[in-house]
Parts: sequence; structure tokens; C-alpha cells
Amino acid sequence: MKEPANTTATWTADQPMVSINDVHKSFGELEVLKGISLDVMKGDVICIIGPSGSGKSTLIRCINGLTPINSGSITVEGQEVNSPKLDKLALRRKVGMVFQQYNLFPHKTALQNVMMAPVHVLKQDKAEVEKRAYALLAKVGLTGKEHAYPGELSGGQQQRVAIARSLAMNPDVMLFDEVTAALDPETVKEVLVAIKELAEEGMTCILVTHEMGFAREVADHIYFTDRGVIVEHGPPATFFSEARDPRTREFLGQIL
Amino acid sequence: MLEAFHEFFRQLAADYPSWNFIFFYRETEMNRVAQGIWMTIKLSVWCVILSVVIGVVGAWIKGSRHRVASAIVQGYIQFFRNTPPFVQLLFFYFALGQFTPTYSPDGWLEYPIISNVGWAIISLSFFAGAFNVEIFRAGVEAVPESTREAAEALGYTNLKAYIHVVLPLAFRVSLPALNNNLVNLVKTTTQAFAIAVPELLYQAVTIWNDYPSAQNPTMLLLFVVYILLVGILVYGMHRWERAMRIPGYGM
Ligand SMILES: Nc1ncnc2c1ncn2[C@@H]1O[C@H](COP(=O)(O)OP(=O)(O)OP(=O)(O)O)[C@@H](O)[C@H]1O
Ligand SMILES: [Mg+2]
Repeated sequence: MKEPANTTATWTADQPMVSINDVHKSFGELEVLKGISLDVMKGDVICIIGPSGSGKSTLIRCINGLTPINSGSITVEGQEVNSPKLDKLALRRKVGMVFQQYNLFPHKTALQNVMMAPVHVLKQDKAEVEKRAYALLAKVGLTGKEHAYPGELSGGQQQRVAIARSLAMNPDVMLFDEVTAALDPETVKEVLVAIKELAEEGMTCILVTHEMGFAREVADHIYFTDRGVIVEHGPPATFFSEARDPRTREFLGQIL
Repeated sequence: MLEAFHEFFRQLAADYPSWNFIFFYRETEMNRVAQGIWMTIKLSVWCVILSVVIGVVGAWIKGSRHRVASAIVQGYIQFFRNTPPFVQLLFFYFALGQFTPTYSPDGWLEYPIISNVGWAIISLSFFAGAFNVEIFRAGVEAVPESTREAAEALGYTNLKAYIHVVLPLAFRVSLPALNNNLVNLVKTTTQAFAIAVPELLYQAVTIWNDYPSAQNPTMLLLFVVYILLVGILVYGMHRWERAMRIPGYGM
């Protein structure tokens, strides 16, 4: 029999890397997540789509413990996110997160933004981290911008620094919450290209996005949420053409 | 050259008896002024450093989840902000001073381990520190929650995020208000006069008690020295503000 996936020691790559089970979350009276369940295997790219206010951001923030849940369970590589015994640092080095508003540290250069967490949090060797930071910025196409401050970069450039900053922690899974929503149409593409490369390298990704073309291209699985529940899900090939639920159809009709 | 300088002021005092710049030609008075300025600088530097440390630590505690510690900091602020600093100084020196242990280096005389200078530094630092807590707190609140959260998502603990992300940003917001408070602090060091700390005002009063004819020049000297000291502080703070300015950042 398979071991229950709730201790780090017993987690193996054939079990879900992220496992969400019947998660409920309320803000005061308002129930935002009403029993969400989904599994993400290692190397999977999943996209979560849905109308505004349906709880997508809340769900993604629950995965790295920024928002505590009321009931149900979330495990990352077998580690229970809401356990009181949770090692927060261990969780956060496994889970990278990129925000809609980039949230870079404005008083630090691009290079320093990428280097900070490995040096301060993981206490890694500065010279070694610096080399890696240069490589990561090159990877997201920002060679030459290492010493620019966030305020001197375009939105798309800032967002790519944010991606590099997350990757510097060597995460096993990346969370993206509408990371192109605040960008100009011209710069959306450069960020999507960076994410797509990451996905193709086998990074496990959970994305909230409104870019349906992108979701169709990179996702292994698409989840449609509305008012705190998963209404419908499936691989992109069938999801877009064979959506059955009227709510999904209406949403896709508006957005496509 | 120097002799001519001395001679000029000696002559001036002879011609105009109420303009006796005695500290420009008599060595004892010259030394008093020099010692007074030096003590005022020492008081100011210590109080500036300690009050900023109190502000930084207090703002951290006030923003932390420790309810009791936060309430204590709040009580501290209320007390020191709403009572006269002069009364605080007297309280520290005369009331608390009685209970400080003494030591006797020569076996004859007993010295309290905290001198009047020590009490002046403590009392003035706590006074200015109370304002600094509020000043830094306002700066911390101006740092967007999302920036702090980004640090949290990268594995920063609350304290580490405060030190590396929140505080450097809060500092920049707080500098103008901090500047004002520190200027006030430097001026308030004159109150140490009341507990016989030999700072500039104390020395000045000593001089004009000994030489009433030197009263006008000594007051003039006080104004000039404080204008210079505060000027240096303000200049330094502005330099610092400029050095901390972030390219492309509207703070
Ligand atoms: N910290 C909070 N306190 C109270 N209510 C909140 C909080 N965060 C989110 N909500 C509410 O929860 C609901 C879901 O928010 P959430 O941000 O998860 O939606 P979303 O699907 O990401 O929407 P969008 O597409 O607009 O980003 C909203 O009604 C929102 O107002
Ligand atoms: Mg959202």
C-alpha cells in the first residue's frame, strides 16, 4: 500500500508535488474557497483561470502559507503547509512566488534583488551567489541591467527580475499570480517567453493567468474556478473546445 | 598674530565694558568654552545614536505581534512625549540617581556608577527616542505590505525582513521628521545644565557669574555655537538623505 503523503521523508516523485484537498478559506463572513482539491505532479504546468474575485489569488497564496486556510489540507512534497510544526523556511525555499505587481525591493539593484535571499536567508557564499545571479539575469534576458534599480526598469523587465529572484532560491515549484496583468501589451510577451522556457525545462508551475493563448500552449492542465469552487478542468486540447458547464462557456466566450 | 587677536579683545573690553569677550583672551575662560563645546558635542552624539537605536527597536516591537511588549512601548511613548523633558531629567537624576549603586576606586570616596553626564544622556535619549519610535513607525507603515510579503515569500523571517527590507525603506521616508527631532535634541542638551553637566550653557553661565561684563558676548557665543552645531547636523543629514536616494524611486 502507498504511504500517505504527509511526511517529507516518504515523499517520492511519483506522488503529487503539490496536493490540495478540500480546502476552505473564509475572510470573516465571506467564504472565498469552498472545497478546492487538485494535485500537481512534478514537472506539471497547470493554469488556473476564472473571473475576478473567484479566489485564484487566495488559493495560490495558501500554497506557500502566506494565507492560512480554515480547513482541508495542502501539502508540498509531502510537507503539510498548515501544520503548526511547519518549517516555514523549508517550505519557502521549495516554493517560489511571483506577484502581479513584481514587488521588487526598490532600494536594491536588479543583481542585489536576486542575490539577497540566498545570502540573507540561506547564508550561501556571496561570490557563488553572485555568479548564479548574473547567470539567472542572463537567462531572463537582462544582461546589462544588473546594476539598474527597479525604478529604472520597465514593468516587463522588473517582472523578469522578480522571476530570477525567485529562481535564485532553487525552488521545486513556482507560483505565478497574474504576472502579466500589470504589463503593457508589448512587454507581456517577454515575460511569457521566460516562463515558457522555465516550463519547458521541467519546472513545476502553477499559474493564474488571463492569457488564454499562453495557457493553451504551455499548460498540461487547466482549472476553471468560479466563486470558490473548481467548476471544470481538463487538458487544454479538450478544455477549450469541449467545456460543458455554462459558467465556463460564458467566461471563455467573454475572454476569447 | 594671536597676540594681536588677544590684544584687540582686551582693548575692546576696556573701551566698551559691556562687550568683554573674555574667552578670547583669557586662557581659563578659553578652556571653559572649549570644554563646554566638547561636552555638548559628546552629549549630542551619544543622544543622537541612542535615541535612533531606541526608535528603531521600539518601532520593531510596536509592529510585532507581542501584545504586552507593544503596550509597554506605547506606554513609554505616552509618558515621555507628554511630560516635560526637563522634569524627566530631574526625575532621572534625583529620583533614580538615589538608587544607583556606587563604587569606590580609591577606597575613600563613593562615586555613583552613573554620573550626571550619564543620567543626562539616558534621560535625553529616552525623551528623543519616544519621538523617534513614532517617526520610524510612520516610515514602516509607508512601506507597502506587498514588499514585506515578497520578502516573506523568499523565506525571510519577520526580523530579517525588517532589517533588510522594511527598515531601509522606512528610513528614507522618516529622514525629514528625524532631522527635525534630532535638531531639537541637540538644543535640548542645554537642559543638562540643571544637573551640573559641564556643557556649553553651564560653562557660559559660570563665565558670566565670574565676569558680569562678559554676559553679552557669552550669550552671543552661545547662539553662534548652537547655530553652527545644528548647521553641521542638518548638513550631514541632508548629505545622508541624498546618498540614500534611490534612482528612479519616488520617495
Ligand atoms: N485579505 C483579505 N481580506 C478580506 N477579503 C479578502 C482578502 N483577500 C481577498 N479577499 C476577498 O476574497 C475574494 C477572492 O479574492 P482573490 O484575490 O482570491 O480573487 P481572484 O480570483 O484572485 O481575483 P482577481 O482575478 O481579481 O485577482 C474577493 O472577494 C476579495 O475581496
Ligand atoms: Mg488575483
